[in-house]
Amino acid sequence: MEYIIHISILISIYAILGLSLNLVVGFTGLLSVTQAAFYGIGAYVTAILLTSTGMNFFLALIIGMAITGVCSLAIGFVLSKFKDDYYALGSFGFNVIIYSIFLNWQSLTRGPLGIPGIPRPSLFGFTFSENVWFLALSIVLLILVYFICRFITGSSFGRVLKSIREDEGAISAFGYRTLWYKLAIFVISAMMASIAGSLFASYITFIDPSSFVLSESIFILAIIILGGLANNKGAVIGAACLILLPEILRFVGFPDDIAAQMRQVVYGVILVALMLYRPQGLIGEYRL
Amino acid sequence: MWKNREQMPILETKHITKHFDGVYAVNKLSINFEAGKITGIIGPNGSGKSTLINTLTGMIPIDSGEMIVAGAERLQRVKAHEVASYGMTRTFQDVRLFEQMPVIDNILVVLTERSIWKALFEKHGALHLEKAEEVLKKVGLWDKRDELAKNLSYGQRKLLEIARVLAMIHCGVGDINIIFLDEPFAGLFPEMIKIVTGVMKELRDQGKAVILIEHNMDLIRELSDHIYVLDSGELLAEGKPGDVLARKDVIEAYLGE
Repeated sequence: MEYIIHISILISIYAILGLSLNLVVGFTGLLSVTQAAFYGIGAYVTAILLTSTGMNFFLALIIGMAITGVCSLAIGFVLSKFKDDYYALGSFGFNVIIYSIFLNWQSLTRGPLGIPGIPRPSLFGFTFSENVWFLALSIVLLILVYFICRFITGSSFGRVLKSIREDEGAISAFGYRTLWYKLAIFVISAMMASIAGSLFASYITFIDPSSFVLSESIFILAIIILGGLANNKGAVIGAACLILLPEILRFVGFPDDIAAQMRQVVYGVILVALMLYRPQGLIGEYRL
Repeated sequence: MWKNREQMPILETKHITKHFDGVYAVNKLSINFEAGKITGIIGPNGSGKSTLINTLTGMIPIDSGEMIVAGAERLQRVKAHEVASYGMTRTFQDVRLFEQMPVIDNILVVLTERSIWKALFEKHGALHLEKAEEVLKKVGLWDKRDELAKNLSYGQRKLLEIARVLAMIHCGVGDINIIFLDEPFAGLFPEMIKIVTGVMKELRDQGKAVILIEHNMDLIRELSDHIYVLDSGELLAEGKPGDVLARKDVIEAYLGE
């Protein structure tokens, strides 16, 4: 049972990350691989505030979102100079930069040693120390993020985002300042990733820079490509699949000495096969 | 020179110049567009017709020269997103739709709020839907409203661009009265051509300045009140279509002799 709760908490956290990245990649067509950096900023801000000041988790979560918002505004502004493949490369660079900051600003982040002993959230004297309660909290936040995403993508604003994805030059010719739209959604998306970071830090109670490397951003990208770009449900389904798949493979009777490697291979093969036969993802509404 | 001073041109260009790698695509071009008229722009391929429209609508920056809107607003540099507020809109030669969006959303997106904050809290209203229905019915695409734009036939895609221009007139950004149509008839069936010519005449009768780039001389003759002939980015001739199209130098420019 503890195992299922643990997996469910991870799915919730990654579903929030998937939903947030889908706003930028799926709906606005900006191929960003910086999401793990914003996830990391949220996690670090929460970890540092909780361990050094003993601040309430929810206040730390909001401060984390604010700091992530400011960082993403600056990064988004620089990235807005790029298009398409160059955008992806630029965002790649920012993930590496932020990761190096986590690793090297040792007076603040303790570098590779990481930050241990992060307390669990508490609210009005109730502490979410049991995993089942932490799961409930994660699901509440996931639902909140899901409905915000649905609200955004269902609005006129969301329709403009999609038109930017389709032809930015054409939509600006019809009177839209696309830069502001791109910045707005980039910041909103980063702040959502920061929520996931706060949850992660407080759940694992220990963070170090290795959780926020570039491959984590690519994993989040894989979630939404698998689940389906430009579809909010797709992001949640994608997170569930990619977290569950390696777990399910644990129950396949590979010989012990090669089990771990076989799981990696099967996992990879399933992803490649899916992209070959269903490139729009499971329930996607947009193809890159 | 043809100059009708009784009616002030709604858009004037003064010595507009644009060159690419030393080749002048548009060279010191000064021409006028009037309200309530259809102005044709013709010329061989590469004569600078589309480049002219692209500079005037801010899709590419002007090297030098200026444009004067409604006799008052002098503009040297115009950004694409400001063009609508000066009353201009356009279609594109290489049809530019929002491909992976339904037909209806291609129209709604130009009808709804421009400001981010308002757009976030706005779902398109009944009024927007009514306008979208009106313009889509006009070009015969209302039945296709839920199809993705990329699944339309070539002619239908061109008609959707026309519908999007009509939607811009209702969008509340600026007072759209200058409409550039970049080869709207290319690849259309006769019934579709009839729809587009009908729309153009209607716009003209509403007092809009309609600017038509076109290669089909029969349509130019039928529709234009005045035409400009461009060759290598320069003005070769202008006047009434009947007179201009009979000129020897114009015919030669077209035949490349």
